[in-house]
Amino acid sequence: MSEYAIEFQDVHLAFGAQKVLDGVSFGVYPGETKILMGGSGTGKSTVLKLVLGLLKPDSGRIIVDNEDITDFSESQLIARRQKIGMIFQEGALFDSLSVYENVGYRLFEQGAEEEEIEEAVRRMLRFVNLEDAINKMPAELSGGMRRRVGIARALVGNPKIILYDEPTAGLDPPTARAICELAIKLRDLEGVSSLFVTHRIQDAVTLADYHATIGDDGEVAIVKNPRGGTGSSTKFVMLRHGKVMLEGEADVFWNSSDPYIRTFLELD
Amino acid sequence: MNFFLDLLIELQESALLVWRAVRHPFRRPVYWRETVTQMDSIGFGTLPIVLLAGFFIGAVLALQTAGTLRSFGAQNYTGRLVATSLLRELGPVLTCILLAGRAGSGIAAELGAMCVSEQVDAMRALGTDPFRKLVRPRLLALLTMAPILTVFANVVGIIGGLIVSITLLQIPSSVYLSSAREALNYDDIWGTFLKTGVFGLIVAVVGCRCGLRTRGGTVGVGHSTTTSVVVSIVLILVSDFFLTRLILTLSGTA
Repeated sequence: MSEYAIEFQDVHLAFGAQKVLDGVSFGVYPGETKILMGGSGTGKSTVLKLVLGLLKPDSGRIIVDNEDITDFSESQLIARRQKIGMIFQEGALFDSLSVYENVGYRLFEQGAEEEEIEEAVRRMLRFVNLEDAINKMPAELSGGMRRRVGIARALVGNPKIILYDEPTAGLDPPTARAICELAIKLRDLEGVSSLFVTHRIQDAVTLADYHATIGDDGEVAIVKNPRGGTGSSTKFVMLRHGKVMLEGEADVFWNSSDPYIRTFLELD
Repeated sequence: MNFFLDLLIELQESALLVWRAVRHPFRRPVYWRETVTQMDSIGFGTLPIVLLAGFFIGAVLALQTAGTLRSFGAQNYTGRLVATSLLRELGPVLTCILLAGRAGSGIAAELGAMCVSEQVDAMRALGTDPFRKLVRPRLLALLTMAPILTVFANVVGIIGGLIVSITLLQIPSSVYLSSAREALNYDDIWGTFLKTGVFGLIVAVVGCRCGLRTRGGTVGVGHSTTTSVVVSIVLILVSDFFLTRLILTLSGTA
């Protein structure tokens, strides 16, 4: 039994001569959001693809939800992927399908009833605040809307693990903030475990400093954490040269004296 | 050495692609709708250009050969020559080259664009096997449409030759048609289907494989599309030689 929802044990992966991951080990506790940071090309997206089994490691073990998926076959993996939601960098919506068909894709594939699909799709689109776009085609949507449709699609079927691949890259600050708030709500209210890949320090700050609660009026509120308080449901991992460079809570990063991390956090 | 290694790997990957696409033929979901859509876009979509090309190839064949045949006093065999050339060679090869140019390139471009925009990964992440959903319908569509389109090309080609024969060569239509009918035998017919089956498989596998291995953004998509057309056409022409040899041997006319 692994105490983690996602665990990497000494994972190595190389594409040809290029080493991408060189002995990466870390774990994500259930209900925890782990923010994966690092420069471009440090294997952040690769880590997410390994969790889904889209790529196989050269060595090391990957454990997802108490199952060692390292040696699983594609058909075993397809079954396991049902409980994982992945949000791709540019949304990765299917161009030939409408927003409705995109969000309901998983249910269409399972042969669910039309009413059940429509209900689930509308609920998810309401969650990302895009119910009006239900009959549009992906080409008609803006970048931020595509990203949110991608989130809605990943959430159908209530996965307990969600992987975010730079969901805010290239978005304006308010839209990026809205996407971070969605991630906060999922973390605090739905108890999902997630890996959040980003190189925007602002995302990390938002995720670590705020939490979601349901107020007395039943409305969801995003509240700033008390100073020096909890925030422990958000942890950080920094990758560099294919290795885990630093791991821990936000303070470990803010107090770091390492010049690379200080530049990354724009402290210097 | 590296070239041969790459070639072997590519062959293995292509064989795996076909195997992953065709195994478990009845396990749900089967994607009949996608298959019909592909048959429509590949078959019906390529039909106009196949008809046009077939017609003019038949017409020009009659025009070119009648002169030579006349010098031997054999111009009444024009119909036979047109029909045999079309059935054995020009029909299958031309139709499938057109398929490579129109359908194969389209497959490579579409799958390539899906690859670089992570749609194929998204599909896998959502629990769908892309080999079943993307490759199998295209494979089935090309395997069925290549022979059917070839039959259309042959028919309009013979009609094209007929029209030229009547209007320009003063060969009576009855003479042309009876000589054309003489050319038809079962060996040519099964030979046509064998060839078109193999060519259809080539176009489908090369198109899908080129599309699914696309890397490097829009430039990669362009590269994959070009590669798929070039490789398909070369493989069609090379395999045509060996298939012809095989068919001639089996039918005892070699």
